[in-house]
Amino acid sequence: MKEEIIIAGFGGQGVLSMGKILAYSGIMQDQEVAWMPSYGPEMRGGTCNVSVILSDKKISSPILSKFDTAIILNQQSLDKFEDRVKPGGLLIYDPNGITRHPKRTDITVCKIAAVDEAAKLGNAKAYNMIVLGAYLAKKPIVSMDNVVAGLKKSLPPRHHKLIPMNEQAIEAGKVAVEVINAL
Amino acid sequence: MDINEIIKPENLVYKKTPILKDNILHYCPGCSHGVVHKIIAEVIEEMNIQEKTIGVSPVGCSVFAYNYLDIDWQQAAHGRAPALATAIKRLMPEKYVFTYQGDGDLASIGTAEIMHACNRGENIVVIFINNAIYGMTGGQMAPTTLLGQVTATTPYGRKAELNGYPLKITELIAQLEGTCYVTRQSVQNPASVRKAKKAIRKAFENSQMHKGTSFVEIVGTCNSGWKIPPVQANKWMEENMFPFYPLGDMKDR
Amino acid sequence: MAEKILMKGNEAIAYGAIDCGCDGYFGYPITPQSEVMETLMKVQPWETTGMVVLQAESETSSINMVYGGACCGKKVMTSSSSPGISLMCEGISYIAGAELPCVVVNVMRGGPGLGTIQPSQGDYFQTIKGGGHGDYKCIVLAPASAQDMYDFVDLAFELAFKYRNPAMILGDGVIGQMMEKVELREPKPRRTEAEIRALCDSWATIGCEGRHGNTITSLSLDPVTQENFNIHLQKKYDTIQENEVRYATYRTEDAEHLIVAFGCMSRIGEAVVDLAREQGIKLGLFRPITLFPFPKKEIDALVPQLKSIISLELNAGQMVEDIRLIVNGRIPVNFYGRQGGMIPDPEEILEAFLKTIK
Repeated sequence: MKEEIIIAGFGGQGVLSMGKILAYSGIMQDQEVAWMPSYGPEMRGGTCNVSVILSDKKISSPILSKFDTAIILNQQSLDKFEDRVKPGGLLIYDPNGITRHPKRTDITVCKIAAVDEAAKLGNAKAYNMIVLGAYLAKKPIVSMDNVVAGLKKSLPPRHHKLIPMNEQAIEAGKVAVEVINAL
Repeated sequence: MDINEIIKPENLVYKKTPILKDNILHYCPGCSHGVVHKIIAEVIEEMNIQEKTIGVSPVGCSVFAYNYLDIDWQQAAHGRAPALATAIKRLMPEKYVFTYQGDGDLASIGTAEIMHACNRGENIVVIFINNAIYGMTGGQMAPTTLLGQVTATTPYGRKAELNGYPLKITELIAQLEGTCYVTRQSVQNPASVRKAKKAIRKAFENSQMHKGTSFVEIVGTCNSGWKIPPVQANKWMEENMFPFYPLGDMKDR
Repeated sequence: MAEKILMKGNEAIAYGAIDCGCDGYFGYPITPQSEVMETLMKVQPWETTGMVVLQAESETSSINMVYGGACCGKKVMTSSSSPGISLMCEGISYIAGAELPCVVVNVMRGGPGLGTIQPSQGDYFQTIKGGGHGDYKCIVLAPASAQDMYDFVDLAFELAFKYRNPAMILGDGVIGQMMEKVELREPKPRRTEAEIRALCDSWATIGCEGRHGNTITSLSLDPVTQENFNIHLQKKYDTIQENEVRYATYRTEDAEHLIVAFGCMSRIGEAVVDLAREQGIKLGLFRPITLFPFPKKEIDALVPQLKSIISLELNAGQMVEDIRLIVNGRIPVNFYGRQGGMIPDPEEILEAFLKTIK
């Protein structure tokens, strides 16, 4: 198994931490992982992305031109990464603020109205976990047990009390994800 | 009196400290460095800290200070002695650590290092020799060169509009919270040597009391650079340097 | 099995330092390596191992603090990125000239000048060919993963003390910023004062107990003495060249073409090898782990089986010059690189490689 993912959106949407939780979940099931962020001033409010690789084998290049999955949280990122999803791959996006929607028909396209779902949960901070849930519904590459273990590893102990809330958000995302283009 | 009579131990009235090595000083006759070296050596002997003292020598005439005092020495890049001393003292807090720096080293190229070491309150001793000129490179203008003073790079005298003003760095250092003792001394006569030695001893004692940085400026002569014979150099210093760089303690807490 | 922790290469440097018994870290913030000092300040090793961590006022000061600490026989280090390393080059030359052990980490970014904060390998020449003044060399290790960043701190200190020579870890923004899992070792305790005295008393400035004072200097006004010292240094570098070459290979057994790449480019190069093999082209990869000593004999030994070599670098072509010196015209030695913070992906490199063998 090898899954190459790009997660892209605005700084502050939890892009990097979502990638980190995913990577930690991979470690919990003894996989090789790589988490490669865009870094610099763009992290502070501008566009921000991270590529995450989970693999059963040693990972060679952390630099990727094509992805199995793109998780897209703003228009700029959709414009940049839609063409870089491998044929047959998966694109999940949040339609909030999107005016030009994905056009590809050779990939699975899903949308997750994560802003709305977060509002329903009454917790804006749950946003990225809702998106993660949507992704895991389509590609259950890591088990929920390992996600929880990953959360424990990536959150400082003082935030462990928030883990049930995160689980709830992931489950909400799993339910709310909507297929736009099925292969 | 017979020579053998004279050198009898019971007739001994003065003895060079063994911490001062027998190497012949490379300093010019009349230079203040030799005197300051001697009083540092005496303080180290009197405090019985030879095995616990580490000196940092600069770039400048006193780069070779390590040839004269029998202690462990590090020779720093130009201006960086306070950075070395910071690391030594932090890594070995039980040691006595001092830098020995001239005006070019401390007040020009090394301004950042001395300011920040003093501002952090490193528990080190700084001995700052201010003779208002670059001795080693042949008598060029120093940051502390007086207005009107002739040097190799101010052949018509230092002019403020061309060269800026002489830097009273010790006054600046005294403003820093990290310093506990800041003083300006001289070594041109026995009384001033005694006072300077007392100041240096106090500085070394401070460094084990975690009070912060002790900074001792010695206003000295450079008769070769100034192109004045030693006795007149002392007089020139008293008449020209002391009014601008007044002697005495600026801070003692 | 030891715990595996997800961390950035920069964080791995910090943990590698603490776990190898490092005595002191002195640094100044610069992207993309600031996480090294941030991690140390967060972990506060002075509370546990007694390691000193200090934010200096400049890179100039950092490297001179390292000089001061190295004189005391302590395991001391700094880290920076390209522009900061340029500032440190004076100090590194002094440290090499005074024959002191220390570790310097460069997480390279694109230059020249203030350049970019994105990854680069543009400091190969600076690192390998000098950087500072005078005939000196640093031992240079090129990490390709977060695990390497962790492991190489210990290795760099070991080599630095073995030869009393500065050792550099030459990483880049990819390796510094990327998170991977890192297996932590059993921590080594810091050396005791007695151990340091036993190991370093002949030269270190640790207080002259029972001996005359030691002096550490790189100054010698007598040209005869200076030349003899330089000859001594060159002999030391020859010994290092003879004994300390480290490298890795990937699918070179039957290779007809060879990628030579270090650091993050060796990772990307492995993916290129796999892509080429899918097309039936016998491509292999050679990764120098030590850039000084450069694996001269080891590359030379592969030349008879090869039709071409391509050097992959994040610069305008620096290491390729050293490969050409080894190959000496026997086969074509080509180059592909990107600059200014751009990183090529495997497909792009494959296309460039295919053009060179047409």
